[in-house]
Amino acid sequence: MIEVRNLTKRYGSTLAVDDLSFDVPAGVVTGFLGPNGAGKSTTMRMILGLDRPTGGHALVNGRPYARCGAPMREVGALIDAKDVHGGRSARSHLRALAQSNGLPARRVEEVLEMVGLTAVAKRRIKGFSLGMSQRLGIAASMLGDPQVLLFDEPVNGLDPEGIQWIRNFMKALAGEGRTVLVSSHLMSEMALTATHLVVIGRGRLIADMSTAEFIARSSGNVVRVRSPQQADLTAAVAEQGWSSQEVDGYLEVTGATCAEVGDLAASKRLTVHELYLEKASLEEAFMELTRDSVDYHAGSPGQPVPTAEVAS
Amino acid sequence: MSAVAVDRRPVVTSGGSTLPNVTRSEWTKLVSVRSTRWTLLVLAAATIGFGILFCFLTNHYWPKASAHDKATFDPTSTSFGGLMFGQLAIAVLGVMAVSSEYSTGGIRTSLTAVPNRMRFLAGKLIAFTAVSAVVGLIVAFVAFFASQPFFAKRGLGVGLGDPDVLRAVIGAALYIVASGLFGFAIGTLLRHTAGAITTVVAFMFVLPLVVNAFPGSWGDAIIRYFTSNAGQQITYVHQSGNHLGPWLGFGVYCIWFVVPLIAGAYLLQRRDS
Repeated sequence: MIEVRNLTKRYGSTLAVDDLSFDVPAGVVTGFLGPNGAGKSTTMRMILGLDRPTGGHALVNGRPYARCGAPMREVGALIDAKDVHGGRSARSHLRALAQSNGLPARRVEEVLEMVGLTAVAKRRIKGFSLGMSQRLGIAASMLGDPQVLLFDEPVNGLDPEGIQWIRNFMKALAGEGRTVLVSSHLMSEMALTATHLVVIGRGRLIADMSTAEFIARSSGNVVRVRSPQQADLTAAVAEQGWSSQEVDGYLEVTGATCAEVGDLAASKRLTVHELYLEKASLEEAFMELTRDSVDYHAGSPGQPVPTAEVAS
Repeated sequence: MSAVAVDRRPVVTSGGSTLPNVTRSEWTKLVSVRSTRWTLLVLAAATIGFGILFCFLTNHYWPKASAHDKATFDPTSTSFGGLMFGQLAIAVLGVMAVSSEYSTGGIRTSLTAVPNRMRFLAGKLIAFTAVSAVVGLIVAFVAFFASQPFFAKRGLGVGLGDPDVLRAVIGAALYIVASGLFGFAIGTLLRHTAGAITTVVAFMFVLPLVVNAFPGSWGDAIIRYFTSNAGQQITYVHQSGNHLGPWLGFGVYCIWFVVPLIAGAYLLQRRDS
């Protein structure tokens, strides 16, 4: 369980994290989502006590992380896989970390085995690929068999196999009742792993809800219907005040449910060949929500870059 | 690697991030990187090698030496002439013990494992002091015993039983430790390897040369209290009247690292990592 309360971080005139409050429950993977520069890493570093909050606080299992007597038993974290001394072997790196918390030496071999790095444990970390470094970082986070895990962009730079492995790994951890907070700037990634979502933009909370609810709330859901009497159906839909447009031979209706469209067609005795709800992709929902809170827009030539504040 | 093997072991016991555990961890970190071994090798080679060379040359040119040189001749400290270079090696190691945490980003991993920053720093300090004390003692005794035989023929050499000689040999080891801690303190304060090493070299090597040229009574005072000028007194058996005594000098040298260390600890506690 992680509790974030009114967390604020100011760098000079920039407000990186702005009065952020949310809970990370145990037993599910919680996705921490936001565009690049939204303040995800800063928030995670403040939870770990690496950065000092300008205001507010974060509690891990009910107390500030810095007060933990056996920190690695409580929290495992992977903030940046390259945050290691490259001159050390993987095994020495893990051994030093285990010693710092009085963890048994056998744990080093166990976590090496867990992430599949036993064969390269003697090699210096300098020569590791990004994927191997990510695995090493995960091994380090698991040394103390902690209840709470924080992963910052863990799939960045991984090959598909590695991505699949990390997804399953995080789900399995949550399945064991652990608290798992994983950040990403990719909504599609979170759709596959996270049950709960905390979405931020420009350091502010945009959404804190289940992934299913997040998708349901997104405005982009459309009903797609295909009929041999498309023109009649279009007229009937317009009579109801629903907006529609024709795309690829389908009529896309917004503002109505599948049931409503089906009932309408039946009442007008119109034949329907296909009728289904097309859910907006998470990526679209995410972009919709964060549209106004992206720091660096790729503006098209000649168009002003929108700089509006968060709309939420 | 498609199968997911999440750890299902029932209990992992932790002794906690206590000071002894943190110190053991920092010892492992220090001795598990090659740069430590290389730097300690340079320390040993420079200190022992130049010690032998100075003693050999002093003995060789003895007949040509002036009466004044002969009167103030200190065979013990001649064995430690190489400390002038050795001190830089151990100081660089001291800098890197801290600054490499920042240059590699390892500091974030370290402070996640040990969020109590003062305990982290204390563990690192103790581990570094222990490593440099072990190496310092070996280097000091080897440098002494390897170079004194060159004086044997003329009967100029001294043994550990002679007055103040044992103090000077152990003093050389202490000087090595304190020089390392000066680097450690500057590394803690500045965090950047290049900046810290430049500062250390300036204070231990370059500025003493400049300072020693200062004229007048003000100059004399600065000469007396300036870093290595004060610290090296503990390696001398024959004290010159212009300098501080062996222990007072060493005490002053310790102030040179204690002050930046306290400032560095304060900043470590306050700054983001």
